[in-house]
Amino acid sequence: MRVHVDQEKCCGAGSCVLSAPEVFDQREEDGIVVLLDAEPPAGLHDAVHEAVAICPAAAISVEQVERVERV
Amino acid sequence: MTTAERTEAERGTGPADDLTPLAVPAARAAGCPFDPAPGVERARREEPVTRATLWDGSTCWLVTRHEDVRAVLGDPRFSAEAARPGFPFLTAGGRVLATSKPTFIRQDDPEHARLRRMLTADFMVKKVEAMRPEVQRLADDLLDRMTAGRDAADLVAEFALPLPSLVICLLLGVPYDDHAFFQERSRLLLSLRSTPEEVRTAQDDLHHYLCGLAEAKRREPDDGIVSRLVARGELDDEEVSSMGRLLLIAGHETTANMTALSTLALLRNPAQLERLRAEPSLIKGAVEELLRYLTIVHNGLPRVATEDVTLGGRTIRAGEGVLCTLNSANRDEDVFPGGDALDVGRDARRHVAFGFGVHQCLGQPLARVELQIAVETLLRRLPGLRLDIPFEDVPFRHDMGIYGVHALPVAW
Ligand code: SF4
Repeated sequence: MRVHVDQEKCCGAGSCVLSAPEVFDQREEDGIVVLLDAEPPAGLHDAVHEAVAICPAAAISVEQVERVERV
Repeated sequence: MTTAERTEAERGTGPADDLTPLAVPAARAAGCPFDPAPGVERARREEPVTRATLWDGSTCWLVTRHEDVRAVLGDPRFSAEAARPGFPFLTAGGRVLATSKPTFIRQDDPEHARLRRMLTADFMVKKVEAMRPEVQRLADDLLDRMTAGRDAADLVAEFALPLPSLVICLLLGVPYDDHAFFQERSRLLLSLRSTPEEVRTAQDDLHHYLCGLAEAKRREPDDGIVSRLVARGELDDEEVSSMGRLLLIAGHETTANMTALSTLALLRNPAQLERLRAEPSLIKGAVEELLRYLTIVHNGLPRVATEDVTLGGRTIRAGEGVLCTLNSANRDEDVFPGGDALDVGRDARRHVAFGFGVHQCLGQPLARVELQIAVETLLRRLPGLRLDIPFEDVPFRHDMGIYGVHALPVAW
């Protein structure tokens, strides 16, 4: 899995940090999302999917890297 | 076949002449005061994108399902600008508010984002998590005072309201001693019964107060939010004042009502209450579930379409108003099976109690910390907590934009 964040879209409400604190953080100066781990281990995939689902600004997306490579 | 099962083609995409408008704000049923208004619930099941009539006889769209509510609130083609023609107002007072300079909740990007980003750092998860010890201390002090030598009190006046008020005053740098002044103005701004005159006066009072405060912070800065907004030098006093007003009101009314209503909902669901007492580690999830189940923004978030958009088989035309009912979305069976029941063990994180889209509540990390501490502390410290009046006599806030209870007499 590869995770992308769009800092332009992010509105800084922090839901992603609550879902997956190992993967997302917020910038000190303005609370905007920061990606800590762009390729999180499988154990965190559910939490990342949850973060995608609850992000109010559609600022997070994931790519299934394995599938892309096989195609 | 129910209406909801008809295909989109059968339902048509016209201006919906076939729909009977629902009058909003629609009252919740007296017998089930935790549930959304029956008409709104029916709409979600039968005609999820329907029509509503407002106080002045105008009409708008009413969007009731989880998926559709998220679609509207997450779509920039629906504007939050109250100054646009067609924007739906729930009351005459609400229209009055829209005539003055709007806060960022009534603006669209990029202006909305520019202003909001001046505040996001103050409410980020790490910052508010660091406030836990302070919030816990405030909660304990309030309960010490409430229970000293007594076995009954009004939970709203002595705990649910002062806790978030103390916290937001601290954060903003507003003297808590003035709390009676803003609580009264805040009540008038949120009451559906206030006359336009009362709304205007309350708004002016708060405006003058906050302008005075901004001026004072310019002379003597501190580390509160008002002081830092002034120090940025990018905002005029009117903008500082309107941001301050927004935070002050939001900080006072929302968490206070969630705390009191959550307590009442748990007292009415003793099995859930006992489960939470037995497993305090459930508190975070339980607070999400309470947010979902109670959804105190009970009249729907207003937007206006800037382009034609098709939603749920209906065409919403540019310039038409839309109300998104968060409470019915949070009971949507497609997302929350058995959603009409309170279940503290449920995964309720997809609720939209804080709204959705770029306007989603800025203060939600703080609200979560406050609610987790308030509910956990109350249950732990008062094992004999009970309602001190008949449930039928509880004064629910049917008349306010933020639902809850005006008072909650409890004993322990
Ligand atoms: S949930 Fe979305 S909007 Fe909120 S901080 Fe994370 S990325 Fe930003």
